[in-house]
Amino acid sequence: MLETLRTIDMYDMIKFIPLIPLIGFLILGLTGKYIKKEAVIGTIGSLAVFIPFVLSIILFIDIVKQHITSPVIVPVYTWINTGQLSISISYQVDQLSILFSLIITGVGFLIHIYSIGYMHGDRSFSRFFAYLNLFIFMMLNLVLSSNFLLTFLGWEGVGLCSYLLIGFWYDQKFEGTRITWTGDAANKAFIVNRIGDFGFIIAMFLIFLTFNSLDYQTVKEAAAGGAFAYYNTGILTAITLLMFLGCTGKSAQIPLAVWLPDAMAGPTPVSALIHAATMVTAGIFLIARNSVLFALAPDTMMVVAIVGLATAFFAATIGLVQNDIKKVLAYSTVSQLGFMFIALGVGAFTAGVFHVMTHAFFKGLLFLGAGSVIHGMHHQQNIKMMGGLKKYMPVTYITFFVATLAISGIPFFSGFFSKDEILWSAFSKGHWIMWLIGATAAFFTAFYMFRLLKLTFHGEERFDPHHVHPHESPKTMTIPLIILAVLSALGGFLGIPYALGSWFSAHPNLLENFLDPVFEDAQKIISTATMKVSSGNEIHFQEYLLMLISTGIALSGIYLANKFYSDALWSVPRALAKNFRGTYNLLFKKYKLDEFYFATVVDPCIETSRSFLWKIFDVKYIDGLVNGLGRTSMGIGETVRKLQTGIVQNYAVIMTGGIILILFWIFISL
Amino acid sequence: MAILLTILFLPLAGAFLLMLVNKKEAKVIQYTALAISLATFVISFSLMAHFDSNNPNFQFIVNIEWIKQFDAGFRIGVDGMSLLLVMLTAFIAPITILSSFSAIEKRQKEYYVMILILQFAMTGVFISLDIFLFYIFWEIILIPMYFIIGIWGGKDRLYATVKFFIFTVVGSLFMLVAIVWLGSYVGGTVLHNDAGFTTNFMVIQHALDNQPIPLDIQKWIFLAFALSFCIKVPLFPFHTWLPDAHTEAPTPGSVVLAAVLLKMGTYGLIRFNLDLFPQASFYYAPIISTLAVVGIVYGALVAMVQTDMKRLVAYSSVSHLGFVVLGIFSMTVEGIQGGIIQMVNHGLSTGMLFLLVGMIYERRHTRDIAEFGGIARVMPAFTVFFSIAMFASVGLPGLNGFVGEFLTLFGAFNSPFLNNWSYTIVATSGVIFAAVYLLWMFQRVMFGANTNPQNHALKDISKREWALLVPMVVFIVWIGVYPSTFMKVSENSTKALVNKLYEKKFGYKPYALPASTQQKANIKN
Repeated sequence: MLETLRTIDMYDMIKFIPLIPLIGFLILGLTGKYIKKEAVIGTIGSLAVFIPFVLSIILFIDIVKQHITSPVIVPVYTWINTGQLSISISYQVDQLSILFSLIITGVGFLIHIYSIGYMHGDRSFSRFFAYLNLFIFMMLNLVLSSNFLLTFLGWEGVGLCSYLLIGFWYDQKFEGTRITWTGDAANKAFIVNRIGDFGFIIAMFLIFLTFNSLDYQTVKEAAAGGAFAYYNTGILTAITLLMFLGCTGKSAQIPLAVWLPDAMAGPTPVSALIHAATMVTAGIFLIARNSVLFALAPDTMMVVAIVGLATAFFAATIGLVQNDIKKVLAYSTVSQLGFMFIALGVGAFTAGVFHVMTHAFFKGLLFLGAGSVIHGMHHQQNIKMMGGLKKYMPVTYITFFVATLAISGIPFFSGFFSKDEILWSAFSKGHWIMWLIGATAAFFTAFYMFRLLKLTFHGEERFDPHHVHPHESPKTMTIPLIILAVLSALGGFLGIPYALGSWFSAHPNLLENFLDPVFEDAQKIISTATMKVSSGNEIHFQEYLLMLISTGIALSGIYLANKFYSDALWSVPRALAKNFRGTYNLLFKKYKLDEFYFATVVDPCIETSRSFLWKIFDVKYIDGLVNGLGRTSMGIGETVRKLQTGIVQNYAVIMTGGIILILFWIFISL
Repeated sequence: MAILLTILFLPLAGAFLLMLVNKKEAKVIQYTALAISLATFVISFSLMAHFDSNNPNFQFIVNIEWIKQFDAGFRIGVDGMSLLLVMLTAFIAPITILSSFSAIEKRQKEYYVMILILQFAMTGVFISLDIFLFYIFWEIILIPMYFIIGIWGGKDRLYATVKFFIFTVVGSLFMLVAIVWLGSYVGGTVLHNDAGFTTNFMVIQHALDNQPIPLDIQKWIFLAFALSFCIKVPLFPFHTWLPDAHTEAPTPGSVVLAAVLLKMGTYGLIRFNLDLFPQASFYYAPIISTLAVVGIVYGALVAMVQTDMKRLVAYSSVSHLGFVVLGIFSMTVEGIQGGIIQMVNHGLSTGMLFLLVGMIYERRHTRDIAEFGGIARVMPAFTVFFSIAMFASVGLPGLNGFVGEFLTLFGAFNSPFLNNWSYTIVATSGVIFAAVYLLWMFQRVMFGANTNPQNHALKDISKREWALLVPMVVFIVWIGVYPSTFMKVSENSTKALVNKLYEKKFGYKPYALPASTQQKANIKN
């Protein structure tokens, strides 16, 4: 009940978590161009994220100590209040919001530091940091909000920042389907996301209609208690499906996944922060936040899982053949996000959130590493033009290697725990086909990641040593790499599966324990709907077996990549590409989804608008009708036209005289 | 009372004052006009300060007998809805005048006289509490607007101005007939007063509350008013005068047209159609809402394929005003409130877009999108302002446009009068298209490389231009972040209207209003 929600003074601190980056944005946005020193700008920008990080830690510790079971709502002010609608700017302290806040500010802070080095010398240095701070502000609003509408503000706000940062180098070219400038890629990201937002908005209307509120907690309690005005599963399915449409936009899932690879037009720290670690996980957050609604709509859950699975698989296959270091990572991100949706779809909410966290570590690291490579290679991004970089960039190499192990699912690195938990959840809920396809995608992941590692850092040097002098990046860039490498290696121990950790603790999965209050209701709904499969030991045995199998899969992917690309001529992959030219091209062209959308939606829409709506309907029909009317009805048009030609002055005199007369009349009668 | 009279007549007095100035003294004329409009704006704050927003009824009423023969009076007053529009007018006028300093080069004296007369008449439209007076103001507006487009406009100005004139005159003729009928019906048939006629709005309002016009006749009277208003809005398919008028008008003309003139139509729909003809409103709501929704999508689609920046913004108005009309005919508090705030929003964001397009036109004497590219490099401040206006227009939360769009859509979704989700669902797709047409234009003009040699040396905005844009941004952000300042002004007036509509349709009043203010006996007869 809302009455029981205490507003504890200490939690008021949550207000400052988004406020401080906002202040950072305002300072840098308004005065940034007068600050000449990069160090000052970088410090302001980074502090504006570091302070909220510290605050998040304090809140986190307190939550753990207090074992709060229901969220604490901290209202700030009433935003929109009219008729029956009253929406507040208000924040919510609970396990989920603080966990996301920690990831955003923590990884965000490291990326800010990194950017000081990466963006050194850029003419718009302060603008970059202003945008980054604005992004952090919006992202924090998204996750800390206590209602849908404030989340939507953040949701759109991060979209705005994504747009601004993809097009940050607005006068540079970028290659893509119908894309010539970075700005085109930025537009694509914003517009595709808007399609998803359409779903989000309608979902909010339906939620208000059903629950008479847009507050998360009110909706959750009403839904969990089955006490809603308008209850039927149909409406819940509609709500959750529309919400999921929003998620497919923001988190780049099929059918709206097309924007993310092109978003790589932005500076690399942006790709790390926005298009890997934080913003693209907003969809996962939204579903996790509304786990009860989704749990009550099993049809939607199925759709979520299938879409996630398809995305995880197809994006991984595209990643196999890309040559741009950032494009490989972009498809990898799409694929990994797909894994997270599989988890949500099978009801393993904790596993989904766990993978958000580990992915933020290792994918953030991979992008930053890629940035370091690009930085050291004078903006070369084609991995076929690299090779042998490990001796020039040892820190980048080692940290990149750690992240590669983590994403490939090598035991005891972070990605192993989170990905395995997802696959295991799918299997244990009876979806063995999902497990199989997911495991195949994991195999591809291991392959393309080691292909990337191999082509970039190993083998012979394929760049021109006279023009390119690879060098290690400065400390501001390498230190964040090292910290993230440690997290990528060890972060998984927060979520040790029971099967592995039962010997030392009854609750080895710390994350699951921590998030339990958030997902408790949803889990109850799901577990009553599906029967428990089998008993403890038998499950453990299966789990061990699957772990072994998936480790084997990862290792074979690595082995294959190693074998393919150790040979300097790449004869095997070349032969494969040649023999399966059709498949290769299809993958290389990303299944031609962009082309399909242009041909079926965009172009017809433009063509109809131009040649029918405008030129025919407006100009011919309506104007024709009016012009015709004008001519026939005692020639109003003609008369006015005659009055028009040359005697405007006279007309003015008459009109002005008329007005004066009328006014005179008014005054007389006053 | 004195405040309202001052706000109304100060610009007119200014116009007379300007007539006395030698026309060669261009600077004197410009600054006098600016000073007068600024003074009006400042005074309008005291209107806001003295306004009692708890009271849903008309305030600051002035009621002076005038033409006894048909009980027409000089009757003015404001309630929450009209107050916001009066404020908008008072705010936009100095902006318009300041932007004219560079946009208007010939016949300055006549021009500033026209603008001040225009301000006088626009204010008059929003505060008239007499339908005859309303009609006079409504018609007066045609004259200065006609000349502003016809004299100071672009090269196809004659076509545009004739088109504007025909459309509007056709509309207002129908309205005149309806006004005459209404006056004699209420004065004669209902009240049997001495004149056998009345144009007193509050008397008519009260009389029709108790004794509605029989539905078959009411429908016709509704249509006569609605036609006039819908042309002004403009509602699809009466919109084709707008792109021409906007494109040919000088920058300040477009600003005032978009920011204030179009709002007279939407204001009229609330003030007259909903209030006086509720039964006909119920009957026609689905049709008008359908046209509004079609307009939202249609305007956006056609805007998408425009090559002239100004024409693009003009078509976007068709789309945005569709949201306003949809909100109004949802007949819910959220929808109407959203509609009212969206009127203000559109005035700000579209007004600002017109200003910005005007600024670039003054520098390059073209508005063809293809002529530009990479402007951000040479005009960074301009680009920032443009992006703010653009995202306000796109409906980005945190800026003003979102509040209006969300509420109108919300109102339409929950409306028991429309009782159909499809309006909202189709209208919401306008949110996608709005991003498409504005972002495409922005990309082609601002981003990319600056390759056209004529754009290499463009100057960023001047101090005067900063002074034009900053106030607009202030309100754009203010309404986006804290709309209550403005929305609470019209909240109770809207609730009173919605109560009435619910009572007529469903037999109950959903909102409790502060007791002391229920139907103060303001009606003199």
